[in-house]
Amino acid sequence: MEWIDGTSLNAENAFKVRLSIRTALGDKAYVWDTNEEYLFRAMVAFSMRKVPSREATEISHVLLCNVTQRVSFWFVVTDPSRNHTLPAVEVQSAIRMNRNRINNAFFLNDRTLEFLRIPSTLAPPMDPSVPIWIIVFGVIFCIVIVATALLVLSGIRHRRRNNKGLPGLDDAEDKCENTITVENGIPCDPLDTKGGHINDGFLTEDERLTPL
Amino acid sequence: KGPGVHRRAEGFVCCRAREKARPKWGNPMQFLLICVSYAVGLGNVWRFPYLCQMYGGGSFLVPYIIMLIVEGMPLLYLELAVGQRMRQGSIGAWRTISPYLSGVGIASLVVSFLVSVYYNVINTWAVWYLFHSFQDPLPWSVCPLNGNRTGYDEECEKASSTQYFWYRKTLNISPSIQENGNVQWESALCLTLAWLIVYLCILRGTESTGKVVYFTASLPYCVLIIYLVRGLTLHGATNGLVYMFTPKIKELANPKAWINAATQIFFSLGLGCGGLIAFASYNEPSNNCQKHAIIVSIINSSTAIFSCIVTFSIYGFKATFNYENCLNKVILLLTNSFDLEDGFLTASNLEEVKDYLASTYPSKYSEVFPHIRNCSLESELNTAVQGTGLAFIVYTEAIKNMEVSQLWSVLYFFMLLTLGMGSMVGTGTAILTPLTDSKVISSYLPKEAISGLVCLVNCAIGMLFTMEAGNYWFDIFNDYAATLSLLLIVLVETIAVCYVYGLKRFESDLQAMTGHALNWYWKAMWAFVSPVLIVGLFIFYLSDYILTGTLQYQAWDATQGHVVTKDYPPYALAVIGLLVASSTMCIPLVALGTFVKRHFRKK
Repeated sequence: MEWIDGTSLNAENAFKVRLSIRTALGDKAYVWDTNEEYLFRAMVAFSMRKVPSREATEISHVLLCNVTQRVSFWFVVTDPSRNHTLPAVEVQSAIRMNRNRINNAFFLNDRTLEFLRIPSTLAPPMDPSVPIWIIVFGVIFCIVIVATALLVLSGIRHRRRNNKGLPGLDDAEDKCENTITVENGIPCDPLDTKGGHINDGFLTEDERLTPL
Repeated sequence: KGPGVHRRAEGFVCCRAREKARPKWGNPMQFLLICVSYAVGLGNVWRFPYLCQMYGGGSFLVPYIIMLIVEGMPLLYLELAVGQRMRQGSIGAWRTISPYLSGVGIASLVVSFLVSVYYNVINTWAVWYLFHSFQDPLPWSVCPLNGNRTGYDEECEKASSTQYFWYRKTLNISPSIQENGNVQWESALCLTLAWLIVYLCILRGTESTGKVVYFTASLPYCVLIIYLVRGLTLHGATNGLVYMFTPKIKELANPKAWINAATQIFFSLGLGCGGLIAFASYNEPSNNCQKHAIIVSIINSSTAIFSCIVTFSIYGFKATFNYENCLNKVILLLTNSFDLEDGFLTASNLEEVKDYLASTYPSKYSEVFPHIRNCSLESELNTAVQGTGLAFIVYTEAIKNMEVSQLWSVLYFFMLLTLGMGSMVGTGTAILTPLTDSKVISSYLPKEAISGLVCLVNCAIGMLFTMEAGNYWFDIFNDYAATLSLLLIVLVETIAVCYVYGLKRFESDLQAMTGHALNWYWKAMWAFVSPVLIVGLFIFYLSDYILTGTLQYQAWDATQGHVVTKDYPPYALAVIGLLVASSTMCIPLVALGTFVKRHFRKK
């Protein structure tokens, strides 16, 4: 890789940039030309100037090369003497600090304007102090508890009223209240037209011997 | 009321100690709805589509419908008729048929109990996902970030965000069944809530259950219809439907297709658990249970087929989405490696450009080539999944890509919850009816206390499934608690009614009770065809267990991000044996006990 004005190459301080303008903007995609490159160099210089020891960085210190159709290219930042390139770590941290500004200048985001080897800080997920599911759980839980308590209490009250009233007459009236079914193993068929003459159950020896 | 007085007058003749009327359903519709609610459960939604996919798509419907007519309807009618005739829960009903056979009722009770212990865990998960659906974005649609926020969590990257949410956030699953881990407090809370809801529905017996089933039986259909409309309008849905309904006729020759159709019909109707007998026992004796049996079995199977259509349109959408994603990844890879112009490479010119690049830059292309995945829509559609994997991984993956995904998610998990609750309420009634019928228990405790105690015990045991290894134990219960036992129970039931009680006697009872004569078709099925079929299924299951040798399970490997197969340790095999034995042994043991008791009493 040759640099335009012959500055010594230092590939480990160079970063590859990749833009996907058509993916991001579709029909509104702009053409990548030398003016856009100028803007890019300006943004990189701006980021470097924010680093405490590098306030003197100029646009001319940012060099681009190997621009492809993709659009992708390599860039490197040199020091004012143009003799060597700035260390990758500095460039990396500067870009990371100002990533949002750089993205916005080009209407792109972290995914469509990629700096290879410069990982972007991902947005932290929204973390409410109380997880939402616990709130929903609490509401439903309270409703169910209240409904259960109401049903149980009304059942107890009904049974107490029945016991205080006439105990013998309630079985026929209550079709489906809290009746407790007591049975002796022989089904009772109210439509059994043969009356009591046939015992439909399977007779055991005991029952045959027990007098009615 | 007439019957009350009439009963008391002849009370001393035919039922000496009966004091109070048996509770009844408010109207026959409630009975129909609870049968539908019990039968239509999660199996219709997550097992039937899988079977359909595995065994030939549209052609699977042939064995399925044949088995429905030959096996499902007769056995369902038999159980309903027994319950309506004997007017007691499972234990009392079989004791009436023959005291030696009350073990059948006890076995049904044990199976229902085991099922209720593990089934409510599914409702727990549905509740968990339902409560998490009220967030934007949905928690299973994005991976959480790693420690220094430069990338995503490693396990999530290797698997997918939906798998990560299921295995790590919901289950917090351990690498193997031996490592039990702690009880997860979030799951424990949801389990408690699920049991409270079940208690609320069954605590008043038929009075409350009868009203709840209007809701649990109808809501799943509303949601399924909404999903059908949404599903059919999704991009790529037709791919899934075409794939499913293309019949692969040669699968009809596969015996496994027929066996799976038979087992699906059998287990899907809930036969042998005592639930159907319990529901029918609360009927009016003149109720036409033949008509209800046919209606319920047809509704059950139609629901399965209907949900199959919905599932396959969702599959089609998901497969198309993944396929297009895969293509986009390949396009991006090629664009970046060869610095092609952004937007130049599309799905349509991909192949020709690949050939061009291979010929123009052979060395560079051969470097990139191993990373190019072969994207195939067919292979995406081929991933057949059943069970919790379908409901909580595949469906959630499809939902997260829909617009307004929170709404679809809430609807879907609400539907799962009502399906599960409907079956749980039925199972709860199956357990409670014999308990409340028994003189001993109901004289000490009121109905609310018995229900409360049952729910409490089940909830306490269910905490086992909220531990880190809980899902592995869940799979054990799901696969072994009910399968063999139910086959044996229903076989004994059929033989008992036909040969011990006497088919002619049962026929005349039914005629006196309902007023209709018994069709020859039912008699032929009950006496010959169904027992033979069940024996066949039984032999198949046993030979399958014996031939596979040691039993294995799927364990989640967090380091690799997918499941691996492992062998069960000896104590897990012992638990499996115990599960099967605890219900099947009831039948011979009780018969033996009754015989011994009689023998000593004679002396």
